[in-house]
Amino acid sequence: MTATPTTLPASVPARSRPGWRRVKKARAPAIKYTALLIFAVIILMPVYILIVTGFKGVAETDPAHAWALPHLWTTSAWRQAWDQLSPNMMNSLELAIPATILSTVLGCLNGFALSKWRFPGANIVFTFFLFGMFIPYQAVMIPLTELLAKLQFPAQLPRLALAHIIYGIPITTLIFRNYYATIPEDLMESSRMDGAGMLRTLWSVVLPISVPAFVVTMIWQFTSIWNDFLFAVFIITDPSQYPVTVALNNTTGSLVSAYDLQMSAALLASLPTLVVYILLGRYFMRGLMAGALKG
Amino acid sequence: MAEIVINGLTKRYPNGFEAVKDLTLDIGEGELLVLVGPSGCGKTTALRMIAGLEEISDGDLYIGGQRMNDVLEKDRDIAMVFQNYALYPHMTVAQNIAFSLKIARRPRAEIKRRVHETAQLLAIEEMLDRRPKQLSGGQRQRVAMGRAIIRQPQVFLMDEPLSNLDAKLRVQMRGEIDALQKRLAVTTVYVTHDQVEAMTMGDRVAVLRDGKLQQVDTPFQIYERPANLFVASFIGSPPMNLAEAAIKQTKDGLTVSLGEAEIAIPHELAARNSLDAWVGKSVIAGIRPEDIYEVTRKTAKLQAAMQVKIDRVEALGASLLGYFSVDAAAPRAESVSAIPAEEVLSEAPLTGTSGTSFCAIFEPRAMLKIGDTTEVALDLSRLHFFDPETDASLLAEDEPEKKKKPEAKKK
Ligand SMILES: Nc1ncnc2c1ncn2[C@@H]1O[C@H](COP(=O)(O)OP(=O)(O)OP(=O)(O)O)[C@@H](O)[C@H]1O
Ligand SMILES: [Mg+2]
Repeated sequence: MTATPTTLPASVPARSRPGWRRVKKARAPAIKYTALLIFAVIILMPVYILIVTGFKGVAETDPAHAWALPHLWTTSAWRQAWDQLSPNMMNSLELAIPATILSTVLGCLNGFALSKWRFPGANIVFTFFLFGMFIPYQAVMIPLTELLAKLQFPAQLPRLALAHIIYGIPITTLIFRNYYATIPEDLMESSRMDGAGMLRTLWSVVLPISVPAFVVTMIWQFTSIWNDFLFAVFIITDPSQYPVTVALNNTTGSLVSAYDLQMSAALLASLPTLVVYILLGRYFMRGLMAGALKG
Repeated sequence: MAEIVINGLTKRYPNGFEAVKDLTLDIGEGELLVLVGPSGCGKTTALRMIAGLEEISDGDLYIGGQRMNDVLEKDRDIAMVFQNYALYPHMTVAQNIAFSLKIARRPRAEIKRRVHETAQLLAIEEMLDRRPKQLSGGQRQRVAMGRAIIRQPQVFLMDEPLSNLDAKLRVQMRGEIDALQKRLAVTTVYVTHDQVEAMTMGDRVAVLRDGKLQQVDTPFQIYERPANLFVASFIGSPPMNLAEAAIKQTKDGLTVSLGEAEIAIPHELAARNSLDAWVGKSVIAGIRPEDIYEVTRKTAKLQAAMQVKIDRVEALGASLLGYFSVDAAAPRAESVSAIPAEEVLSEAPLTGTSGTSFCAIFEPRAMLKIGDTTEVALDLSRLHFFDPETDASLLAEDEPEKKKKPEAKKK
């Protein structure tokens, strides 16, 4: 290889010369942050209305003055929303926590089997899993409710949890399978040579390096189970068992619209997912990267 | 510790490709056998069949007298060192080394003692608390070795364990592994594509090509008596010079004509190679670069001298490589080993002659320059002859050379 001279041909326009690029580079963060700021403002505007309306009295909640700060700050709407929703929030936690954990564990086992235990036909099985992701909830509502009714499950919440666990399997399996596909085969074989069986390898070698995949999957599952409305409204018939999403919907009065109550209730209902994101968000980003690039 | 007996071992991959064909080998107790061959020849496949990581399609594998074909890898009592070390990233060095003992549920005190003994042996005591990513390549290599030796297994398998290290470290680790193996006296199969590693480490060397075993012997015998053209051209750097040559009968005995040179063959050499049967026919003649000398005023003029024009010289300090063209056809390309790119010392000479390029190792102070004409002599006793059809060496098999053959000579 001969080194080519590094002078630029004369035809290159002045703007793309290295000097220019340096100027552009210095500006890049400014542009980036301005863009981010604009998006942040767009997203935070409704949140602002949500919060200020929650602190207004019923009398003040006039859509025409939605932007104005309350004249009289009051927490009555918050207290009312909490009284009304807290039993349903407990229902949602009772639903989402076990369902998230179970569907994540199932996804982990499936992903491990599909990428590292390579039984004949593993790819075909995986394809079926993927199909499962593309089936819309609405398409299976009726058969699902009938099936669950036939199962004679004692309580309604576990029934709903079961539906969520089964519906979560495709996505959790996908995340774990793709993550495990990045773990070198040599590592598994090394463990086998060291005398570990498949389950011991999973426990001692694979699980400890699966934290990113667990975080991603758990955030995903918790959020979608917590936020689900459709399954809940179909499967749960006992109002005392309603998860928070259904209860929230019911705060919409039939006569007057108590905006202050609705807004504070909506914010309360979304707090747990917010907390999960804030606590695990760092891992979430890192986890997505780790899954995409390398273990 | 145990001997390994491999009998007709064959690997057929699901796509029908035969990566290892009818491999038969006996590896003596405590022996270090090096499996060498070019990339893709099936070395890793063979090793993985011994390890139990790859199913055996055909043939039998015995370790310590026990048939192992259907024994699970974890019950074979084999330790393997992987090319990329495959250390557990979340474990410390100590945990990495101890993992197999932990699985075997050894008592904690014993594990601790053995980890320290192993670390001491490999001089990695100060690193026991580090994680693999905090180690250099050479240190990782040692940890990988430690993980294998702590188990005191029957057999070590190593798949190109040094190929990720730089040249200098490779030479050092080569010596260390060799010494360690001698000390522990564990039967070892060592895979490499580096013929220098093969020659320096192996008690015996097995040369593999396209899944077929070419020759198994001591490094000395492999070098001195290559069984065929492939082994002759694969082992040795720079490789053996090979060219077509005609055998003729004269009143004084046989001659071989190599290009323009007409070389009388000593009777003893002719007899050893049964050259009588080849009179009037072509063979492939071979001579190693170190067996070609420059004829100077001091050295007596030998009979096998030829006039050559130097195309290219490479001064290596300790020696001087001179390249020249011999007006004779080269052997078929598929018979010889393509020289791996890293070992090519020179491109083909640019002088554009139709002959075959030969290399000779001259005295370092032979003041040769490109374009010089000089007279070279061949050490006739060290000529090799090969059948141009079958590629096999013409050297008679039944020679009093079987000094060191492994005792296990069954079947
Ligand atoms: N799973 C497989 N299916 C089909 N063919 C395979 C498979 N694995 C390996 N091979 C082929 O078998 C041959 C031998 O492979 P192997 O890995 O044993 O070579 P090698 O001698 O170790 O080479 P290298 O020095 O490059 O590591 C190669 O030609 C390879 O393409
Ligand atoms: Mg290999």
